Amino acid sequence: MVDAPHDGAARYTDTVGKYLVIYLCILVLAALQFVIAYTHVSAEGMFTRMLFVAIAEAGLALLFFMHLWAEKRGFLLFVVIFTGFVLLAMQYGWTDSFRMDVGVPYSQPKAGVVQQ
Amino acid sequence: MSQADLTMEGHAPGLTVGIPPFSIPAKKMAIWLFIIADAATFAACLVAYGFIRNGTPSWPQPFHSITNVALMTFILLTSSLTMLLAVRAAHVGDKASAFRWMMITAVLGIAFGLLHIREWMGLIDEGMTLFHNPWGTPLFGAAFFSITGLHLTHVTGGVVALLAVGVRYNGGRYNASDLEVTGLYWHFVDLVWMFVVPFIYLLNLSH
Repeated sequence: MVDAPHDGAARYTDTVGKYLVIYLCILVLAALQFVIAYTHVSAEGMFTRMLFVAIAEAGLALLFFMHLWAEKRGFLLFVVIFTGFVLLAMQYGWTDSFRMDVGVPYSQPKAGVVQQ
Repeated sequence: MSQADLTMEGHAPGLTVGIPPFSIPAKKMAIWLFIIADAATFAACLVAYGFIRNGTPSWPQPFHSITNVALMTFILLTSSLTMLLAVRAAHVGDKASAFRWMMITAVLGIAFGLLHIREWMGLIDEGMTLFHNPWGTPLFGAAFFSITGLHLTHVTGGVVALLAVGVRYNGGRYNASDLEVTGLYWHFVDLVWMFVVPFIYLLNLSH
């Protein structure tokens, strides 16, 4: 719960009970990751499941442990959009990672080029 | 607040202090900007790790047991709760309780660090170093020690900050907002661990 602040800054009056509930939710999600590690799914499937659980955990921690939910909505959007953009921008090189493993797909020697 | 009140003392007339962005105090805004930058650092490390893991055939899976990492996770998550309780106590003016919770958080951080070092020593005893890995590609050792080492450095810095800020808070030099800023950093360290555990440990678990 957030009191209406006089100076615009968030004030935190969350109850200990609410903190405990969030803590238990994060603990359960962390345990779920360990359970997923022992399931018989493909590496890609396991990675996807673990990523989603980690994002859920991080979301709870960001919103309630770090009180982002109690800040102004503009700040929440600033953090999420700015950080999200930076993190997404890092993902451009994955195709090259697959190339390292399986080689360039559909590669054909160019006409007139002598292969070494 | 009048325009005169906003004029910075000692500066040229007309230079005013504006309302802080998003109405967030400067210290808190500074730690949030640090957290965003640090999140990019950790994300870059994890993406680079994923890149080489994906591009390297027969990536090793050296972890036989989850007991240690599960215990470390439990300790770090619990330390976030105790940090929350410290900040809450500070906000309601319960100084003794805030200090006590902060010291408990620091102790949990130290326990996490010791468990981490114990795990490192076990792996080093098995022959894994930054540049050598008995199970295959040496990139695994480099990636593992770099990422977990960076995280452990953050935990160590956080413990020092918790002790320093806690003692100064108890001595009356710091206030609740200083505890809150330290708490934000500590929660961030916890948040990073939520991604390190599945990607570095659990995806490399030998079944």
